[in-house]
Amino acid sequence: MSLSTLFRFKGGIKPEAHKDASAGIPIAPAPLPSRLVIPLRQNARATARPLVEAGQRVLKGQIIGAAEGTLATAVHAPTSGLVRAVEMAPVPHPSGLEALCVIIEPDGDERWIDLQPFDHRNASPQRIRDYLRDCGIVGLGGANFPSHIKLTPGEAGIRTLILNGGECEPWITCDDRLMRERAERILGGALIMREITGASHILVGIEDNKPEAVQAMSAAASRLGAEGVTVHAVPALYPAGGEKQLIRVLTGVEIPYGKLGTHFGVQCFNVGTAYAIHRAITCGEPLLSRILTLTGNMARPGNFEVLIGTPIRELLPLADPRPDTDHFLMGGPMMGFALPSLSAPVVKATNCIIAASPALFPPPPPEMPCIRCGACAQVCPAELQPFELYWHARAKNLGKAQEYHVFDCIECGCCAYVCPSRIRLVDYFRYAKGEIWAREREKSAADAARERFEFRNLRTEREKQEKAERLAAKTAAGREAVARAAAAAPATASAPTAATVATASAPQPRAADATKALIQAALDRAKAQKAAVTPRNTDNLTAEQKAEIAEIEARRAKIREMARPHTPPDE
Amino acid sequence: MNNSPFIRKPATVRGVMLQVLAALLPGIAAYVWFFGAAILVQIALASAAALAAEAVMLRLRGRPVGMFVSDGSAVVTAWLIALTFPPIAPWWLVVAGTLLAIVVAKHLYGGLGQNPFNPAMAAFCAMIVAYPQLMTQWPAAGFTDFGAELQAIFGADRRLDAIVMATPLDSLRTVLRLPDTRATVAGILGSGATFGNIGGKGWEWVALGYFVGGAWLLWRRIITWHVPVAFLATLALVAGAFSLGGPDKFPGPTFHLFTGGAMLGAFFIATDPVSGATTPRGKLIFAAGIALLTWIIRSFGGYPDGVAFATLLMNICVPIIDMKTQPSVFGHKRQSGGDAP
Repeated sequence: MSLSTLFRFKGGIKPEAHKDASAGIPIAPAPLPSRLVIPLRQNARATARPLVEAGQRVLKGQIIGAAEGTLATAVHAPTSGLVRAVEMAPVPHPSGLEALCVIIEPDGDERWIDLQPFDHRNASPQRIRDYLRDCGIVGLGGANFPSHIKLTPGEAGIRTLILNGGECEPWITCDDRLMRERAERILGGALIMREITGASHILVGIEDNKPEAVQAMSAAASRLGAEGVTVHAVPALYPAGGEKQLIRVLTGVEIPYGKLGTHFGVQCFNVGTAYAIHRAITCGEPLLSRILTLTGNMARPGNFEVLIGTPIRELLPLADPRPDTDHFLMGGPMMGFALPSLSAPVVKATNCIIAASPALFPPPPPEMPCIRCGACAQVCPAELQPFELYWHARAKNLGKAQEYHVFDCIECGCCAYVCPSRIRLVDYFRYAKGEIWAREREKSAADAARERFEFRNLRTEREKQEKAERLAAKTAAGREAVARAAAAAPATASAPTAATVATASAPQPRAADATKALIQAALDRAKAQKAAVTPRNTDNLTAEQKAEIAEIEARRAKIREMARPHTPPDE
Repeated sequence: MNNSPFIRKPATVRGVMLQVLAALLPGIAAYVWFFGAAILVQIALASAAALAAEAVMLRLRGRPVGMFVSDGSAVVTAWLIALTFPPIAPWWLVVAGTLLAIVVAKHLYGGLGQNPFNPAMAAFCAMIVAYPQLMTQWPAAGFTDFGAELQAIFGADRRLDAIVMATPLDSLRTVLRLPDTRATVAGILGSGATFGNIGGKGWEWVALGYFVGGAWLLWRRIITWHVPVAFLATLALVAGAFSLGGPDKFPGPTFHLFTGGAMLGAFFIATDPVSGATTPRGKLIFAAGIALLTWIIRSFGGYPDGVAFATLLMNICVPIIDMKTQPSVFGHKRQSGGDAP
């Protein structure tokens, strides 16, 4: 424990924690399921490329999906078995949409790939990051952000590493259990990350409602005897476990929207991620399982170590949901979502499954109008004015919503939690963000189309102009010729025209002459062009070719004849 | 599909409104003690009129009647109207004021949460302009003859001579503005008939009751400190400064704070979230503006008290105040915390 000052973030709420239901129960391994469904799609911008096909046997830890693109990480077979299919299947997502998954039937042998510890001390930083990417290491706090990207130091370098053991959402206790039971390996992972990044400090932030975890981590830190590692009990105030909030509490630094911690020399990792990194480096094990909490309306809530890909339906009997359970939430009640399908598998982001009953999570009461009481603004950890944002989002005044920083909203739900009018504020902000993104996409598509159109216009205009210039040049040349001819003419034709020089009609024949000369010049040019034209491909043919053409023509005529619709005589 | 968050604090609009009503009770108790039970009759009249008007307007506007009538907002408006109108005013005056507040100031602007003006203050201003005499007939402190008060409220033949007295603010103003008056603030306040120790006989206790209720609202976090502190501090500052410069012409801060609608305004009227400013700095500006205008109207204006007009004037400024005082957002201000250790 350290006595160094902690900072505060504004806002926050204190919902009922409900952690006692599962916090006292040690982590138990979940049994091998009958099949595993491993999604290849990892986030909005990354889907791993499948490396296996149906009928293929895989080993535990074998890469089945290759990382493609900057935000992708590799995907592994969580156990040995037979690939049944690579197909679309339900994944845990509020939309209920399907995604490409590898479906593996476990053989029960748990045969591993050849595991090799990774010597990170003798590897370049880039090699280490590639290795972590290929071990499928992502943030296990729920956001699933690839860890190798967070370990890339920015211009400022990373001075401070923060281990996030906040776990501020009600009900969830998986990080609490992990810290109580495997503190040394978590810190071991953090020390490895410190070596990789060259950071000097490791700050561990744990909400003070988890004294056992604080104690376990402090004890592990002193056992490891590592310098510069401090464990802090931070006040339990949702969302203190939010990355930006925890960084603020421990360092005083505020990371604005669109910036990463690395811009400020700070980086934050979930304790589960540190644990996974430790396993990857010291044992060579890729990320195949995670700890998750089964709780809520369950008879036997607890924490379980579960293989990624385990269908949630197969997991539920472990905790025995009570009969009045009507749906399940993934994640906590503040930021989680209702699972559209129980056949969806556990993914790396699945930290908690909560059985929900109408008694525990009553349906939202009807909304009342906003009375601008400002309760939402007082609890907003992003220091927004949610009721103003609500106003603009509701009016679809998206420009204003953006001006009032809608994208700084972290969707923590504090505003909706306290609203006396029970307005589902976060829904309005999600809507506004979605609309703005959609419009941006539309706009960039429209911009591209407009650019194409404008370029086309420009090109036609240029061609027209060039043509006009060419024409003008030719006309000028023609005129010059006429002028020369006209200049020569008076010498020869002065006698017949002399009598009419004084008359008004005198210029006319000269004009007619000029026109005639112009026409003549144009005709000459056309003739020259015609002569210059290349011969058609039907000219200059050999006798052989001519015979061939005749044959083809005959055949065509015959086909035309046959293709002509016949009218039956009797009709 | 239902989205996160799946849990909610058991807070409701009705809960907020009921707490505001509860916070008014100490002030009402002092009111009854010093001025008799007539105020309770006025509160009942105003509440009944407000609920009836609310129900009719909701039906006309096709809104769920039960849900909105029970939200308590109309009752809060009704109580504020009753507490700002003279307790011996004829029954139809408070009913007319309440109908105006609910029908015009609230529902014609879109109902709960939409009214740009404080409905109770709109009603007060309309009525004091329309019936200046009726709106300035106040009972003397200590007059608690309920029968006579009922006669004044419901009787066809209003004989008020025995009851009526100018309020402290009104009589001070009248006396100070007499041509070539030799009266001084100290002299008038010392005369004792209307004036108690601080802000007027009886009235100072009612103000104290509002203060106690308001402090409770602060503790309950129904209101924030910004509005009452800025209101009372501004009024005290400006009254104190002028009283120092001209003690004979300008009463001091304690008189201003404990008389008329100052306390009610600071804790219950300027704190109305719908028609008031909402940002922290905006609330300070809004409340300070009301206090300043109140003092100006009290000292130089044509009406005895200025809280109502000052509130409406500042209500107009709310959109620009809110727009210009948006607080900076997490991560977008100058980094206040230290560097990473």
